[in-house]
Amino acid sequence: MGITRRNFLKAAGVITAGTALGIDLKPAEAKASELKITKAKETKTICPYCAVGCGMLVHSIPHTNKVINLEGDPDHVINRGALCSKGTTLRQLAGSENPRRLTKPLYRAPGSSEWREVSWEWAIEQIARRVKETRDRTFITRNKKGNVVNRCEGIASLGSAALDNEECYLLVKMLRTLGIVYLEHQARI
Amino acid sequence: MTNHWIDIKNADVILIMGSNAAENHPISFKWVEKAREERGAKLIVVDPRFTRTAAKADIYAPIRIGTDIAFVGGLINYILQTESYNKEYVKLHTNASWIVDDKFDFDPEEGVFSGFIKLGEFEGSAYGKYDKKKGGWTYKRDENGEIMRDPTLQHPRCVFQLLKKHFSRYTPEVVEKITGCPKEKFLEIAKVVASTGRPDRVMTHMYAMGLTQHTYGTQNIRSFVIMQLLLGNIGLAGGGINALRGESNVQGSTDMCLLFHILPGYLKTPRESQQTLQQYLDKYTPKPLIKGSVNYWKNYPKFIVSLLKAWWGEKAKKENDFCYSYLPKLDDGENYSHIVLFEKMFNGHFEGAFLWGQNAAVGGPNANKERKALEKLKWMVCVDLFKTETAEFWKRPGVNPSDIKTEVFLLPAAASYEKQGTVTNSGRWCQWRWKAVNPPGEAKPDADIINMLFKKIRELYEKEGGTFPDPILDSYWPYGEEVNTEDVLAEINGFDWKTRKRVANFTKLKDDGSTACGNWLYSGVFPEEGNLAKRRNTDDTTGIGLYPKFTWCWPLNRRILYNRASCDDKGRPWCPDRPVIWWDGSRWIGDVPDYGKTTPPDAVKRGVGAFIMLPEGVARIWAPGLKDGPFPEFYEPLESFTKNLLHPKQNFNPAIALSMKFVNGPMNKKGSSSKFPYVATTYRVCEHYQSGALTRNIPYLVEMMPDMFIEIPVELAKEKGIKNGDKVRVISARGTVEGIAVVTHRMMPLNVNGKKVYQIGMPWHWGYRGLSTGDSANKATPHWGDPNTMIPEYKGFLVDVEKA
Repeated sequence: MGITRRNFLKAAGVITAGTALGIDLKPAEAKASELKITKAKETKTICPYCAVGCGMLVHSIPHTNKVINLEGDPDHVINRGALCSKGTTLRQLAGSENPRRLTKPLYRAPGSSEWREVSWEWAIEQIARRVKETRDRTFITRNKKGNVVNRCEGIASLGSAALDNEECYLLVKMLRTLGIVYLEHQARI
Repeated sequence: MTNHWIDIKNADVILIMGSNAAENHPISFKWVEKAREERGAKLIVVDPRFTRTAAKADIYAPIRIGTDIAFVGGLINYILQTESYNKEYVKLHTNASWIVDDKFDFDPEEGVFSGFIKLGEFEGSAYGKYDKKKGGWTYKRDENGEIMRDPTLQHPRCVFQLLKKHFSRYTPEVVEKITGCPKEKFLEIAKVVASTGRPDRVMTHMYAMGLTQHTYGTQNIRSFVIMQLLLGNIGLAGGGINALRGESNVQGSTDMCLLFHILPGYLKTPRESQQTLQQYLDKYTPKPLIKGSVNYWKNYPKFIVSLLKAWWGEKAKKENDFCYSYLPKLDDGENYSHIVLFEKMFNGHFEGAFLWGQNAAVGGPNANKERKALEKLKWMVCVDLFKTETAEFWKRPGVNPSDIKTEVFLLPAAASYEKQGTVTNSGRWCQWRWKAVNPPGEAKPDADIINMLFKKIRELYEKEGGTFPDPILDSYWPYGEEVNTEDVLAEINGFDWKTRKRVANFTKLKDDGSTACGNWLYSGVFPEEGNLAKRRNTDDTTGIGLYPKFTWCWPLNRRILYNRASCDDKGRPWCPDRPVIWWDGSRWIGDVPDYGKTTPPDAVKRGVGAFIMLPEGVARIWAPGLKDGPFPEFYEPLESFTKNLLHPKQNFNPAIALSMKFVNGPMNKKGSSSKFPYVATTYRVCEHYQSGALTRNIPYLVEMMPDMFIEIPVELAKEKGIKNGDKVRVISARGTVEGIAVVTHRMMPLNVNGKKVYQIGMPWHWGYRGLSTGDSANKATPHWGDPNTMIPEYKGFLVDVEKA
């Protein structure tokens, strides 16, 4: 007859009793039956991908950054616990899961073929300097027709639909305050 | 969306055209399936490809890429000829009875509307712009200055009759010839669609980039709006025009207006000719077109003044126009959108650029040109989660880093559950999400990065002075060392400047500087009683799935927009089994009414129309506000293999004057069909997301969808000797894209006016970085787009295909 999927599973059904293999599985079962998320911190979030806005639960180990589970939120009225493949695999975006995540500010000098790690303090100072110098150099108070436009011509900003509303608001406030008009993001394209 | 995700379950007919929802908005299909299971709803899918969505359809029809207006024009014609429209709805809630100026016309031979000013010619077709005044794109008025109307809809110059005339050319035969969709299939669909003109039957329309990414994308949407208005499907449960947006917070980022031409809440960015606040208000505060019309945008002054107060706080006073002069002004008539921006960047216009979570090197049109443009920058700041193609454009394949002088800063950002704040879904639901873990290493939320940067810039201006530091020094920037995003949401909601009490909603905003509000549309999300975006109450009190206490939606938590139109002039719902609002004798109950709560139902006959944001008060079947026509008209994509069947003299949308500045410019050639005989489109797959910056760094997803591929019709593959799995090249006049051939029946050849047409499809998720790398489809796409939005024509361009 040979092993077919059906009779393998039938045999496997016997294994739960533990005896067929000659080992006692009860302690292993007892440990497995305590869900790995029992002592976890549960956080409600919304998926960062498409715009359906599915609810998700993130389970993390308290006082650490370790994400141990991520699943659909059964209490979210739109998705009711379901997620697509992108949402389902979102745990792999976490720093604790994905070594490719950027963790330090990086800088590339003109003509260089490499990045070098820098501090936030240095990066922010340098960027602020660039913004000020460029703004001071490319600011137009009056345009060719002589009208007051108070515009910073030399800086553009792109992004982002991935930012939270509060971040988008702060960004637009900052950019307009600096006089930037070349301001766009994914919604345009 | 005018409606929302759960509402789809209320539909009798679901028309998915211009979207592959099962693939790209998978959970929406929970609600599509519910409609089918519980009310026997019919799913109709019209798409150039037999997609995952098409596989679920009750009726599927193929269509040539970019010919949606021909198809829907045909549906409109069918609905009019068979008198399947909801007559009462059309009379009551649309401008169908309004009479149009004598000068307005459309020339079916020339293919242009009246008022066309030709600026040039391209390959035998004209391009230019419309002078609306000259063209009579306005309503006709009587001796008293009142707009003339004919409630019988018979007057030959009323919108209804003009509509009939305009679409009379779109017969089923013409639809077949242009779109390649067999006449019988078209009529099968037309019958089902037209059945929803009955007051008790409702159709919803779900669409996405399939309709928008064309040089007539806006008119694509307009054709569906007209159809849905004729059928009386707007404002009803299970109805509406539903844009399935593409990113978790693109709705929010659009509402916050990270776009050149608008300020938060869709206020206009001021232009040079509006030097004072009063000039600005005069230009943009509309007047009602008919007595009684609510014309809600008349409150414009309250919105802009409250915004200025939120930006310059104490310094914004009536005496200084509330710091209006601090707002940068655009030049009159100029466009600063993505394509224009990158064309300018290519020409060395910018010293620096920020790219916040945007991977333009993969997602932008004409990727070769945009990548080259980045080389012209002196400095660039990327804020992202991974090393993206954009962040590393200076060491992309084929370039020598020592040739590229751009300084690049790459700042590590927090992911979605490593910070807290709100995101707004396609259904306008503003949902709070909490922080689960800290970002890894030194990564920070973008809010904190922006905060640190602005404070440092301000510090430099404080210490050293510089050019016009005033707006920066006077900025209302009360955020602490780390941004409390809930405080920001409170500012967005709006508050009384003196008492600091949060306003209940935007009806409480003032134009005298006593209120501050970051975005009037979101006003009401965080009143004194609490942060409504955090609510998770799962009671469905209405029975139609509104869930009024689950998070909060704009405006005013109104879940279905234009819901006044869901009732007749006696306040009775067209669909009593799915009422959205109804009149109980003294007020409207149900959803938050899109109307005065106690305005009686018959007021709709006295000019108090259901579409309160429009100066007409009624919905526009004829819409003079767009750049390319008050009615949609079928045009070919700019790159096409065929003459426009309706008017061979005018192949493409004549209003694309701005795009024509870039056509055949450097690295932006337009290709001919002799060299590039096949029609291409670009799209997405479920397993990857946009430019792949996130998903191509996620092992499970890479496992599921590992490689860039090109979908090729079986017949074409045979002709070219291409087998499934072969490496192939897709070539356009802009660039070459390599991928693995997926030879499939899903891309079927079409008979277009006697010519056999092959269509090619490619996903655009891939680039040269990440766990999974591959070539970028956008190397083939062009720098030209829609005249109203400048969204690029990513769909409908010409290519050749060959074995690599």
